[in-house]
Amino acid sequence: MKISHDEIRHVAKLARLELSSAEIESMAGQLDGILGYVDKLSEIETEGVKPTTHALSIYNAFREDIVTESLPREEALKNGPLQNGEAFVVPKVI
Amino acid sequence: MEFEIVIGLEVHAQLKTNTKIFCGCTTSFGAAPNSHTCPVCLGMPGVLPVLNKQVVDYSIRMALATNCEINRTNQFARKNYFYPDLPKGYQVSQFDLPIAEHGWVKIEVEDESKKIGLTRIHMEEDAGKLVHDEREPKSYVDLNRTAVPLIEIVSEPDLRSPEEAVAYLKKIHSILRYLDICDGNMQEGSFRCDANISLRPHGQKELGTRTELKNMNSFRNVQRALEYEIRRQRDLLLEGEEVVQATLLWDPDRNVTSSMRSKEEAHDYRYFPDPDLVPIVIDEEWIETARASLPELPGQRKQRFMEELGLPAYDAEVLTAAKELADYFEAALLGYDNAKKLSNWIMTELMREFKGGGPEDIAACKVSPANLAALLTMVQKGTISGKIAKTVFSDMMESGKEAEAIVKEKNLSQMSDEGDLVRIVQEIMADNPEQVEQFRDGKTKVMGFFVGQLMKKTKGQANPQMANELFQKELTK
Repeated sequence: MKISHDEIRHVAKLARLELSSAEIESMAGQLDGILGYVDKLSEIETEGVKPTTHALSIYNAFREDIVTESLPREEALKNGPLQNGEAFVVPKVI
Repeated sequence: MEFEIVIGLEVHAQLKTNTKIFCGCTTSFGAAPNSHTCPVCLGMPGVLPVLNKQVVDYSIRMALATNCEINRTNQFARKNYFYPDLPKGYQVSQFDLPIAEHGWVKIEVEDESKKIGLTRIHMEEDAGKLVHDEREPKSYVDLNRTAVPLIEIVSEPDLRSPEEAVAYLKKIHSILRYLDICDGNMQEGSFRCDANISLRPHGQKELGTRTELKNMNSFRNVQRALEYEIRRQRDLLLEGEEVVQATLLWDPDRNVTSSMRSKEEAHDYRYFPDPDLVPIVIDEEWIETARASLPELPGQRKQRFMEELGLPAYDAEVLTAAKELADYFEAALLGYDNAKKLSNWIMTELMREFKGGGPEDIAACKVSPANLAALLTMVQKGTISGKIAKTVFSDMMESGKEAEAIVKEKNLSQMSDEGDLVRIVQEIMADNPEQVEQFRDGKTKVMGFFVGQLMKKTKGQANPQMANELFQKELTK
């Protein structure tokens, strides 16, 4: 196994996912397959090859510091599951 | 047991751009909640962030001003965690390739100069603001501040006392404001500081367990929070207990630090390069253009004040900490050439009477630099005494009137007319025959009494030197 159940629990927690033991079991199998597949890459000789962070070789895509219009507040809040017309409302977090 | 204090600071400075870091929403402060957002800063799926060039330019300036090496290629990374003030579920920041590293600034503490290392400067986006309901278990999210550009400036753990930490912080603050890339307002949160602090027995190489302090929104709070935390850690260590690594919040009302629940268990941020943002490549030309645009920085200005104007290090430091005060000083110097006397007046009279804020607000002062120069020139010429000048100055601070107008209006010119003074001198002698006798018997100490009487009669307007001479002359007749 490339990934332990503990690691799956940890990743699930970071992603705010609640998994049953059955789900952990099935995730373990699936993630193991994925990791094994990606592991193939380590067979390639990469000594002296610069890391690729982007598929394109472009750089310096900039915009000028000019203000554009923001969304009307109504629009901005529209997709929030809970809002009061002024702000998004969430369970108390402190 | 004696402990060595080890402090490192992280400063977050909001950059003074017009727009956010990756979209055109305005960065202006104080607007109605959620009125400055767009699909990009709201973190809608499928949007494309585009970097504000001014952010890079400002960061390069800060890097140059703090003697950093600029990474010719640098990139943004995603720092992943969930918190309601972070709509995307990650903060765009820099990780393994920040824009600048390995810098330093010089600080002055107790007349000693010390170099403090800068580990790195990186660009990132700010999070939104949370307002917590007093009664109900709810928090309100305002995303206006989301994606406002920040630079984080991380120091080496080179600071050895709260005083050094505050001096370093003031230096960074001063440089940012001289560069005009951050307004430095700590109350509004445009200049924030976190501190890492640990203690270790003198001579020990390994660092002790550190705690991280947050929520110190003034220089004074930084000092007090660090002092508190030093005492707390020292007590624990002396009791043989251990310092637990934690993030602590400073409570300025109760003067204590309290533990904060961790944002993310074990700080597992899973950084990775942001695929939406292409790398930034900075060439020599860009760096040289930025270098050429740098203003005179506080350290250079201080040096110039010392070398060209002959000011003591202390004066030069106080006058140059805020650009505005240094500008004021130099403007006044155009009309009055005694730099040291001018410096004394600004550091004592002006700063004491000025109620409009700190030295950075001095432009709002009712006494213009030219007016202060005019007042001091009147003292230099003997038109008014130094003592009267202080009264005139208070009046100027209140009314905003010119020095000469006040002196004329209130008839405060020093009496330097011999004829007038001789008459008063003779009156005083006639009224006090006993003291005259004493003086003639050799008790010259009564001279003080005579001059005092004269000052009383003239309401302090007599030229004291002339008064002395006249009494001397009249009494020995």
